[in-house]
Amino acid sequence: MTENEKAARQKKISHIIMWIVLLVLFICFITPFLLVIINVFKTKADITANPLALIGAHGFTLKNFPEAMKKMNFWTVFGNSAIITICSTILTIAVSSTAAFVIVRNQKWKFCTFIFSLMIASMVIPFQVLMVPLVSVYGGTLGVLNHRLTLILMHVGFSVSMAMFMFHGAIRTNIPLELEEAATIDGCSRWQTYWKIVFPLLKPTVATVAIINAMAYWNDYLLPSLVLTKKELYTIPIATQAFYGTYSTDIGLVMAALLLAMLPILILYVFLQRYIVQGVTAGAVKG
Amino acid sequence: MKQNTLSYKIKQYFMFAGPGTILFFCVVIVPFIYGLYLTFTSWDGVSSTKPWVGLSNYAAAFADKDYWAALGRTAIYSVFAVVLINILAFFLAYLVTSGVKGQNFFRSGFFVPNLIGGIVLGYVWKFVFNRAFVALGSAIAGGTAPSLLSTPNGAMFCLIVVSVWQYAGYMMLIYVAGFMSVSEDVKEASSIDGCTASQTMWNVTVPLMRASFVQCLFLSITRCFVVYDVNLSLTKGEPFGSSVMAAMHVYNQAFTYKNYGLGQAEALILFVVCAIVGVTQVMIGKKGEVEA
Repeated sequence: MTENEKAARQKKISHIIMWIVLLVLFICFITPFLLVIINVFKTKADITANPLALIGAHGFTLKNFPEAMKKMNFWTVFGNSAIITICSTILTIAVSSTAAFVIVRNQKWKFCTFIFSLMIASMVIPFQVLMVPLVSVYGGTLGVLNHRLTLILMHVGFSVSMAMFMFHGAIRTNIPLELEEAATIDGCSRWQTYWKIVFPLLKPTVATVAIINAMAYWNDYLLPSLVLTKKELYTIPIATQAFYGTYSTDIGLVMAALLLAMLPILILYVFLQRYIVQGVTAGAVKG
Repeated sequence: MKQNTLSYKIKQYFMFAGPGTILFFCVVIVPFIYGLYLTFTSWDGVSSTKPWVGLSNYAAAFADKDYWAALGRTAIYSVFAVVLINILAFFLAYLVTSGVKGQNFFRSGFFVPNLIGGIVLGYVWKFVFNRAFVALGSAIAGGTAPSLLSTPNGAMFCLIVVSVWQYAGYMMLIYVAGFMSVSEDVKEASSIDGCTASQTMWNVTVPLMRASFVQCLFLSITRCFVVYDVNLSLTKGEPFGSSVMAAMHVYNQAFTYKNYGLGQAEALILFVVCAIVGVTQVMIGKKGEVEA
């Protein structure tokens, strides 16, 4: 055997070992989900008797789903989550990309640098510091809690600095000033320049910002739980929490509720995983 | 010409950045400043008057044994979680960039826990710890095995396990980006110079990935310090309040016991501690950064 053959063989063996290690880790990673899936089709008694069995003694059942859906008000809750996530994401993109546009193009103006630094600095403030005053101002003084719109605007306000920062970087490095000057000479107003020239060139950043923020909005619990206290306004995480509080002993229903809470985003992930992984990586590395 | 006047600039600014700036001030800056004011009052959340009490909230916060216990617990939890998250994430990133079959599939697979919110993950794991592991333990040891969540140390252990599982996939993506940023040329050069594979790894690749380490550590530290969702759903602070983390203590202080001023003061201390740890880590990390 030549040196090369030996090296190639060694490499192959090490790849097989690595593949096995990966597979084992992967199975560990998804075991919790698998356990939910095998138990969701069992009756309560079967789960209590043996949560590890693939099929319960009373056989396969779909009964848990309709009951859990009814009790957690699934479609209403799902609709709330969807409306809030979609509106907040679109607004975040609109508001932060325009802000970044004006801030990048006025870099010498002290006011813009000040706002920019303020936004960057604010990113380190954890939500815990803001939640009491938020509830106090918007719940006590202004009384605007329990509206979806309030939550949407708050979501946007919290993520505008991060999103603005990402658009800021994209505009500064990818869009030459000459391009905008050319548009102005051709008779574009600032709005037209932004909308027809700048925004279309920002598409990759728009995707990144949309993915990161939509995931954060969809899964957020603490802020929505403080803003939305009426049952008909609940989002999926709040509804899951409330459901667990009431029906924690009815473990079959809990399994169905948990699976329902996870399904929408998992289905989306199957179709968009490439974009989601790319978006999250880009966002994490730039942020 | 008209583009240089101040009024034109202001008009432009508010046309484009107005909504963003206003929302940002409404939910971040104003509450932050108002929160500072609240720490000097003894507001109960209901009454319209907010009596001025000076620094007594801070004095109470420093004397609040439960708070410092929670903060200490959070520090211990964070140390374990951060170290384990980063070791596992780095290891995963190494495996999924080594060119084995299906590495993209594994990459997306390990990321799945990040898609789902902490509340749901916490309940899923609660089921795993309380039912599945108990059944497994009973089957192996015989009799009825107790749940890990029923002892203080066990609950802490569970929290760490879930956090590591939750964040490892996310940090893995950052390390993957780090691995990809190290060019093959440098690695090849080092192997020609006589480095073994592991020497190349530790003496060439890892130092060049320093930025990834700094970032992952920063992200995992800042996230672990304010952990709340998983804490709430997985342990709810049980047993006997032994797994109440700092963020949960702050929440309870403000919204359960209605000590808004005190709760806010404690939140602010948490923020300062978190910021000091985070910034120190980044400063130390940035100091020794090497450029390729």
